[in-house]
Parts: sequence; C-alpha cells; structure tokens
Amino acid sequence: MEKTCYKQNRRIYLDYAATTPCDLQVVEAMQPYFSKIFGNPSTLYSFGQEARRAMREARGKIAEFLGASPEEIIFTSGGTESNNTALKGVAYAGRNKGNHIITSSIEHHSVSESCKFLEKEGFKVTYLTVDEYGLVNPQDVKEAITDKTILISIMHANNEIGAIQPIKDIASIAREKEIYFHTDSVQTFAHIPVNVNDLGVDLLSMSAHKLYGPKGIGALYIKKGVKITPFMQGGDQEKRKRASTENIAGIAGFAKAVELAKEKMGNEEKKLTFLRDKLIKGILEKVEHSRLNGHPAQRLPGNVNVSIEYIEGESMVLNLDMKGIACSTGSACTSSSLEPSHVLLAIGLPHELAHSSLRFTIGRFTKEEDIDYVLEVLPEVVKKLRSMSPLYGEKEK
Amino acid sequence: MEGYSTKVMEHFRNPRNVGKIENPDGVGHVGNPVCGDIMELYIKVKDDIITDAKFKTFGCGAAIATSSMVTELVKGKSINEALTISNKAVTEALGGLPSIKMHCSVLAEEALKSAIDDYFKNHRSRE
Ligand code: FES
Repeated sequence: MEKTCYKQNRRIYLDYAATTPCDLQVVEAMQPYFSKIFGNPSTLYSFGQEARRAMREARGKIAEFLGASPEEIIFTSGGTESNNTALKGVAYAGRNKGNHIITSSIEHHSVSESCKFLEKEGFKVTYLTVDEYGLVNPQDVKEAITDKTILISIMHANNEIGAIQPIKDIASIAREKEIYFHTDSVQTFAHIPVNVNDLGVDLLSMSAHKLYGPKGIGALYIKKGVKITPFMQGGDQEKRKRASTENIAGIAGFAKAVELAKEKMGNEEKKLTFLRDKLIKGILEKVEHSRLNGHPAQRLPGNVNVSIEYIEGESMVLNLDMKGIACSTGSACTSSSLEPSHVLLAIGLPHELAHSSLRFTIGRFTKEEDIDYVLEVLPEVVKKLRSMSPLYGEKEK
Repeated sequence: MEGYSTKVMEHFRNPRNVGKIENPDGVGHVGNPVCGDIMELYIKVKDDIITDAKFKTFGCGAAIATSSMVTELVKGKSINEALTISNKAVTEALGGLPSIKMHCSVLAEEALKSAIDDYFKNHRSRE
C-alpha cells in the first residue's frame, strides 16, 4: 500500500557531504582483505606480512598524495576519531605548556564537542566568530593567541555552507608563534588540492567515506615531532598512537579511493562547480524569497545551501524525498537538540532563515539531468508548503 | 533520526483541511517555544458544534500531520468534547510519533484550545 504511493522510481542522491557511495573499484580493491589476505599485520609469518605490505602501500599512497611521509599518517576509524585524537591528544600532551585552545564557532561537532569536553577538564577555549560568509578572519586568530595557547584548530572547509577557510594564513600565524595547528580536512581532502606543506599544518583529519571510500576508516596526519597523548591504550599499532588491530580492508579501500581521486580531481572539481552554480542560479531564479547561504565563490565545488523563506526545512526534505530527491537541512526540527544549525546562526541568519535552509551536495555520480529535475520539482514543493504556511499568508496581506 | 509512521506520512502527504476560514468563530495562533514553529487553527461553530476546521502550519512533518489530524478529530464535535482532545489523542490517532517529536503534537492541542478560547471570547462579547 505504502509502496504504491511512490509512482516514480527516480532517486537522486544529493547529500554527498553526509556520505558518498563506495566506488565499485574501491569495493573491488577491498575484496581480497576479508578472507584471502586476512592475517594480522602485527605477526611475523607470511599471512601477517602480506597484510602488512598492503598496509604499507596504502599508507604510502595516502602520504604521497598529502605531501607527507608515511610515518606521519595514522589510520583511525574516521573523521570523528581523527578530530578527537588531534584535539585531546595535543591538549593532554601539551598541558604543561599551557591550557588554551583556539577554534571557530562553525566546526564539526567532533571538534566542538571535544573542545567542550576539554573545557570541563580545565582547558580554556576561544570560539572565534565568522563573517556573514562563514569565513574566519586570520587577524582574529592572531589576537586570540595568549602565552597559554597550545593548539589552534580551524576546519579547512565547512560541511554545511562549504566555506573554504584561509588555512594557509592561519597556519603561518600559528607557526610564527610556535603553536600547533590542526585542520579538519574531511570535506576537502581528495576534493580540492590538500598538501600539508603547502598549507603548513601540523595535524590534519581525513575520512574515507566522504570520498567514495568505505565507512569506518579515516586517517590523521601528525607532523613529525608533534606530541600527542593517545586516548586508546592497547597494542603497539600505529607507532603506539592508536592501538587496535588495523582495518586492512578499510585501509586498502581508502587508498584506492585516494588513487581514484588523484586521477579525477581536477575534472571533477570543474564539473561539480558547474553543476553547483547551475543549481544555485536556478533556485534563486525560480523560487522567489530564496537566498544563498555562504560565499558565492569561496565554497566547496559541490555545496549548495539556500534558505527558502516562510517554509520549514524538514517538511521540504520530506516532500523532496517523496519525489526521490535526497538532501538535508539545518532546521531546528531535524536536530536532536531542536536548535537550528550552529553554523547558520554563526553567519548571522535569524532563526527563521536557518529553519528554512536546504543543503544539496553534489558529487561524482550527479548528472546534469539530476539538477534539472531538482529545479523542476523544488518550485512545486515550495508552492505547496507556502500555501500551508501561516507566515506566507501574512506576507500577502 | 527515527522515521515517521505510515499514518503520519499519509497525513503529511495529503494534509486535510489546509487553509483559512473566512469569518471564523474562533482562531488559535500558537508558536512552539521548543523549536520555533507556528500553527494557526480556524474553527466554525454552529449550535455549540464545530462544523468546520482549517489550519496553516509552519513546521516539520509531525507538526503538519498533527495539525491535519486535529482538524479531522474536532469536526462534528461539541465544544466540550473538543476541549477534551489532548495531544496524546492526536498522537495515538496518528499511530505514534518519534519521541523527539512529541512537542509538535502539543502545538496542535494548544492551537485547538486557543481557537476555542477565542470562540468563547467572541461569543460572550456578542451576547
Ligand atoms: S515543529 Fe519543529 S520539530 Fe516539529
């Protein structure tokens, strides 16, 4: 009964910033490491050594792509763990030097919640504000530094509004003052050029499932000489920085995903930027009382974030889902805290506009027809919901 | 996030009684302090019976579905009967709501109470 309500079978995935499908070549690359090459890489016999070799190769590929050396990469379970490790690891290890951390007000929860946790542990955290486009001002970073500052953590690009931060400038300020600098690169790594030397960072977080790799695997770049206190105790894996038997299949998949990204990145960036701008332009033209959130140009190639006045985000998401389109919103109604997105509030949007936000994130498998379809369907959905909205009625009066 | 029941989605997909009533006998206008959503409920009353009800809602799937359901539930009821309709009754009629969405059904109950209040006010002043 329920099924028959869905007349069309067309499904369009536009939430690539949440997660991506595994590329089939990635799945293939992982295949041998479940049953064939299954040995524990910490063992000496051939079963273990084969697995170890695979891990070494994978680490080498990822390190090379980042401009790092293999010893500087540790594998983790994903972006969240990488961020937790970077923040808490550096904070605890540097406790005798100081207790101050600088971050921004638009970080991913795995950074901001780690900071809140550290505050309870006695650390002081400065949360920098951002401008209307979601950009951190390097000058603000400079001014926030005290002689107790031990770590600065600013994300490379924001997951909600796609704002790409001036990481190089911030990193050079940190370097001058000899303060460790961490960046959460989960949204940028293998999407836009990311090179640790170029950026000048000390720590950098990555995740495989945002780049057509598997879930449950990520990595943290830790520059040689940077001290961290591991937060998991156990075996000697990952240079004693991250205990637990390595997820070899995940690691092999991650490396394959990076290899593919290396091949495709330039062209993909162009294609996504084209589709992104087409979608933004189309929405602003076809839907009155809509606005773009974030910077028009200094944003991730696949990120579109708009507010559509007088209607609520969750009801838009559900209506679009009924038409086969998957996207997300920063509306209070979809968050468990019932607060609208902290990022949208940080760029100065009033509650109602944060409530009315929609995010489409475009990726490798998005076609131009998909964008056309969204532009055809969205205005109908908006019309339907506005006819129900008490706010829109008031507007007409 | 926990998904919605079939019944909720059915009301969300085809909400009943959307719109305004011209010259209503009572209007309830309430905002949800929890997440900031808004609901307007209009009622028409004849001989103490609610003959018509319509709504306009700015809110999530649960808010729209409960708005739709509450208008269905009150139609044909006497004012006294309508006053006994609780958010629980609305939720049950919808086959339940995810726990985080319970506050949305409170919005529907409050809109109804406020529309009836408004009806009493108008009614009394006319007497
Ligand atoms: S109306 Fe906001 S969560 Fe339901």
